Amino acid sequence: MNGASPLPFGDVFFGWSWLDAIIRIVIVVLLMTVVVVYLTYGERKVVARIQQRLGPNRVGPWGLLQGFADAIKLLIKEDIRPRAADRWVFEFAPFLTFIPVLMVLAALPFARDWGVRNVTLGLLFVNAALGLNIVGIMMAGLGSGNKYALLGGVRAAAQMISYEIPLVISILCVAMVAGTLDLNAIAILQEDRPFLLLQPLAFVIFFTAMLSELHRAPFDIPVAESEIVGGYFVEYSGIRWSMFQLTEYASLWAFSIFGSVVFLGGWEFPMGSDWGWGWQLFLTFVKSLAWIIAVMWVRTTVPRLRIDQLMSFCWKVLLPMSLVQLLMNGFILVYDWPQELLTLTSGIGAAALVGFVLYRTARHPSVAHLVGSYKRAGAAAQ
Amino acid sequence: MSIWPEERLDHVDTEGFHTVDMTINVGPQHPATHGVFRMLLTVDGELVTACRPYIGYLHRGLEKLSELNDYRQAMGFWDRTDYLAGLLCEQAYCMAVEKLADIEVPERAEYIRVMLSELSRINSHFMFLGAFGADVGSFGTSFTYAWRERERIYDLIEEVSGDRMFPTYCRPGGVTMDLPENFEKRCREVLGHIYQGIDDLDGLLTGNEIFVERCRALSPLTTERAINLGVTGPVLRSTGLAWDLRKAEPYSVYPHLKFDIPVGLRGDVFDRYMVRLAEMYQSARIVEQCLEQLPGGPFLNPNLPKNLRIDDAEAYVRIEGTKGEYGVYALAKGGNKAYRMKLRSPSFCNLSALSEMVVGHYVADAIIILGSLDIVLGEVDK
Repeated sequence: MNGASPLPFGDVFFGWSWLDAIIRIVIVVLLMTVVVVYLTYGERKVVARIQQRLGPNRVGPWGLLQGFADAIKLLIKEDIRPRAADRWVFEFAPFLTFIPVLMVLAALPFARDWGVRNVTLGLLFVNAALGLNIVGIMMAGLGSGNKYALLGGVRAAAQMISYEIPLVISILCVAMVAGTLDLNAIAILQEDRPFLLLQPLAFVIFFTAMLSELHRAPFDIPVAESEIVGGYFVEYSGIRWSMFQLTEYASLWAFSIFGSVVFLGGWEFPMGSDWGWGWQLFLTFVKSLAWIIAVMWVRTTVPRLRIDQLMSFCWKVLLPMSLVQLLMNGFILVYDWPQELLTLTSGIGAAALVGFVLYRTARHPSVAHLVGSYKRAGAAAQ
Repeated sequence: MSIWPEERLDHVDTEGFHTVDMTINVGPQHPATHGVFRMLLTVDGELVTACRPYIGYLHRGLEKLSELNDYRQAMGFWDRTDYLAGLLCEQAYCMAVEKLADIEVPERAEYIRVMLSELSRINSHFMFLGAFGADVGSFGTSFTYAWRERERIYDLIEEVSGDRMFPTYCRPGGVTMDLPENFEKRCREVLGHIYQGIDDLDGLLTGNEIFVERCRALSPLTTERAINLGVTGPVLRSTGLAWDLRKAEPYSVYPHLKFDIPVGLRGDVFDRYMVRLAEMYQSARIVEQCLEQLPGGPFLNPNLPKNLRIDDAEAYVRIEGTKGEYGVYALAKGGNKAYRMKLRSPSFCNLSALSEMVVGHYVADAIIILGSLDIVLGEVDK
């Protein structure tokens, strides 16, 4: 376990610590740009596939260059600032939403000893940095001088503050089991089994709260397309608007890597550390891709919640369940009971949560009161 | 410059904050208004306290145009009222002119009209399902599912009449041309796809817990209130009253056809949705029966005059449009043009229920309630 040192992962490039940091940051930023460009392309392709369309297929082979074409188009578009906007608040908001994501990326381990810096309190740092996101969004909502933006900003604030709590508690559960906040160490601890097996309930809560933090369906209330036409970024155009898009996809990517390190064993799980960095990088990317595709899949098939349903789901369902999980973990770990009990209690919780939702779905569509044959049976009978 | 009027900003009580309501302008260009409808919402936070609808952005002077063009030319304008089901409007117009001039319609023509009208009704309801799903926030998936089937119906209508949305296929006294030879085979093929499409949308929307939670018990309308407001069509039937002009005042060949009238119980948004879904099955049933009963004979009355001139006559014809009672009033005072034509459009009357239905609900729900009324702006603005 190398969690004790605040030093960079592995060897220092060129001997100087600051030069090393700059080189690593540049690599991560370039990687992020490419990943974001292909995430937008990938999302459009995945969504198109689910919606029985083709998706982008004109620019380059299979539309592979579509993301770059979009990026160039956005860069040369006019950057419009409405007269009613508060100038500095409006102009700085995109950067303030983006910087926290960049901070998160600097602390994530992509493979063993691969990353910008290994932060000893990585788990805490990532959560703290992601919480800062809300400042930029509120600034965009208030500074735009637009009522849709204002509604979106306020909705985002209410939602993100609420969902931050179950998110952090679900991660705390894992931290209790692991006994460390160091992301690298957490990954190493999952050599024989991912924490998903020990803490399924925490995983479910984390995934749900993550969707909310990312403003993804069914929690895309702050950016509701059909209600407030985009929410807080409705007035932005050109490069500033693309900063918001960049933030959205970069944080999706960051969250998926973070989640796969914490719950799925990151670069460590099925292979162990011995397989070399190539395999580890590959594993990290495959796992984060699975997260991302799951998020996109949910997005295309699930409608949006209302704001009060969102809040009651958070405070009445997610928060109590995560607290119960935390309490059970405490008992089991303090009395040194076997680890299988962790799996058992958390599994029961997860099954209860999923079962509750499934039960309500199954109970619902009662079309018996609709006179007349509802299904095709009526057509055949004549 | 601020989005708040100055006098409102100064309006701060000495005892503390004094809140003021905010007005939001939704439309005429807004993804949720399905056209160029505009409503001015006064909101207290997220709750709507008042709603003012504004219409007229799509006014084309249909009634005046019908007075300026002779009976056969004017029919082209009536396609454009309920442009999602153009054939139904044509049928109503032709029935009015036939009643004015006492023209007999061959039975084959009646069957063809009813068959294509019911296909148009399915088409329009598909549009509702797709757009309503998008209003609730299913990110266009419902839209593309609905569009798939709509394309097939449009293709079929094009094969029959030569045009997709605005076929101009009916004539006073029959229809323009006979059905193509392979029509029955093609129609059964399309019907099979329609059943599949309805099942798909049923699974996507009704099978979704969030969708049902959003719609259930939302803005219920009582039968008395609905009648007082002049609401007709699926919205009225969802309140529990089985009022369908195809049964209540059977016209054309509907007396020979077997079908049921789906009604709701509570008159809430979910019932409106379910009534439309159930109606699509019934319409498909009607089309199947028409295919079996289709008689031979002429498709157009052979004794029609070259130039239709009608002396003093007056007629009011109402049929069950896709949105409700579609009434055409015609007054002739000699010559080859109508002296006065008047459209009683169901969307316009249904829209009058909007402002009292949305008050007290969230902004997100106001959008859904508007969507559940299923207005077509071509019909509202004439």
